[in-house]
Amino acid sequence: MESVTELAKSLDWSPLWISLKTGIVATVISFFLGLWAARKVIKKDYRMKSVLDGILTLPMVLPPTVAGFFLLLIFSRRRPLGMFLDDTFNLQVVHTWLGCILAATVIAFPLMYRNARAAFEQIDADLVFAGRTLGMSETSIFWRVVVPTAGPGIASGTILTFARAMGEYGATSMLAGNIPGKTGTLSQRIAMVIQDGDYVTAGFWVIVVMVIAFIAIFLINLITGKQMKNVRKW
Amino acid sequence: MRLNADIRKKTADFSLDIEIASDADRIGILGESGSGKSMTLRSIAGVEDISSGRIEVNGRVLYDSQTKTNLKPQKRNVGYMFQNYALFPTMSVLKNVMAGLGKPTEEKRAKAMEMLKRFRMEGLENRLPGELSGGQQQRAALARIMVTEPELILLDEPFSALDAYLRDRMQLEMTEMLKDFPGQVLMVSHSRDELYRFSEELFVLQAGRVIRHGATADVFRDPESIEAARLTGCKNFTRAEKTGDKTLRLSDWGLEVKMTKYIPDGITHAGYRAHRFVPVWGERQDNCIRFIPVREDELPFEKNYYFRPENIESDSVHADDSIISWFVQNEEQKEIDKRGLPDWLRLNEEDILLLK
Repeated sequence: MESVTELAKSLDWSPLWISLKTGIVATVISFFLGLWAARKVIKKDYRMKSVLDGILTLPMVLPPTVAGFFLLLIFSRRRPLGMFLDDTFNLQVVHTWLGCILAATVIAFPLMYRNARAAFEQIDADLVFAGRTLGMSETSIFWRVVVPTAGPGIASGTILTFARAMGEYGATSMLAGNIPGKTGTLSQRIAMVIQDGDYVTAGFWVIVVMVIAFIAIFLINLITGKQMKNVRKW
Repeated sequence: MRLNADIRKKTADFSLDIEIASDADRIGILGESGSGKSMTLRSIAGVEDISSGRIEVNGRVLYDSQTKTNLKPQKRNVGYMFQNYALFPTMSVLKNVMAGLGKPTEEKRAKAMEMLKRFRMEGLENRLPGELSGGQQQRAALARIMVTEPELILLDEPFSALDAYLRDRMQLEMTEMLKDFPGQVLMVSHSRDELYRFSEELFVLQAGRVIRHGATADVFRDPESIEAARLTGCKNFTRAEKTGDKTLRLSDWGLEVKMTKYIPDGITHAGYRAHRFVPVWGERQDNCIRFIPVREDELPFEKNYYFRPENIESDSVHADDSIISWFVQNEEQKEIDKRGLPDWLRLNEEDILLLK
């Protein structure tokens, strides 16, 4: 027991904060982007839908290292876009925290998008029509009728997105690298200490991750559960 | 004309081409499912695109393909009550009613509460739609529409989601709730009873076309075509042929009826409502069919007899199609119980539907 407290004291806690921050920011971005994309895609005809859906889901299906490879290709400072971002906005993506967020967002976004889309498609179109005939604006219908009605699906999408974003490893290690205190995320730290043979530290981090994951899911379920009075048990 | 709708819409497997023009306060559209009734309502409300035509309410053009006018549903000021009411499931009743009023203010809240009170929904304003009974849901949906003060209200099969007992009650209630509404109400249904009670003017729809329209009572009295007669509830049909100025041969029933009025040309069929036969015992009178019972069904308040006419002509339709229904209400049944089944059934001249 003493050794555990000692370990916790002497430990560098930065990976936890980096992962949490990355997870939260990537989830917020994916949330809005995912809802927006899902809303656009369900309005398209069948063929266009399949194409767009394929593109938007691709990052989830590809090995994360492949996604990381493409991100590197796009955002490297030796490439047009990377050069442009660096020159005009002084933004560097590679080997920065921004890279962590970008990698996590790209990998986790499809989970949000797909869940939101499935939830939207389940909605009775008459609800939207009713909103229109009552004179509600499209924005109002979306945020006050569609999103709350799709609540359970969107909530599960958000949970999965957060979990995936927080645990992202492959694309992050390629794009952002593992710079301690800067881009060194939890998953990367676990991999590193295991390579060093330090199973105690690794095990400690694994427990931390599991606790956080459980708390996050529990909290979101608790929050959304209250608003789900309209969901029937069966 | 207060409502003037000329709607044309073509899809891969359906074509709608109808004209509905009426000054009546209560208009009905009668049709089977798939006849284009709901599509018509959706087109008027603007939640469904149409190919061409013109829609006008009280002189205000909502849609005109020639001038490329196409008001958004938000701008049409047409209330729409959906078949399943489409109450927003995550909002309380009060929020539902306030949904169409824009930014919530104390004044709008009061207005919504006022409306809920009028619809006897006091005390239920904080419930979710899922916690209401079917009748309460319908009242909430109507309150939500009425509070936006539409010029025209569209009712899409308003009673189909209710069970039988509630359906009768809500029909009366609906009339009551709409009593003070100054605009037009257009109700779509497949139920002739609902529309007979509700509408002053009736349009009968079949496969995307209006096959008959007119004052509701006139349409029921003289549907003019087999399809319209069937939709207004006529059960018995036969081929018919004019044999003289005042005689009509009902070929499938082996009977020639003598009329006092002149029969118009071009009659191909005749219909006769199941409730309208008059039982005759003993001697055959004019316009009588021999009553040969095949089957009988007992219902709570009436008895249904099915019988086959005598002398079916050799080229007649299948035996099953020639079975005629006779529905007897309790009063009449008492006499039958006393005297036994009749020998003949007489057709009243004014009840014979002449069809083209």
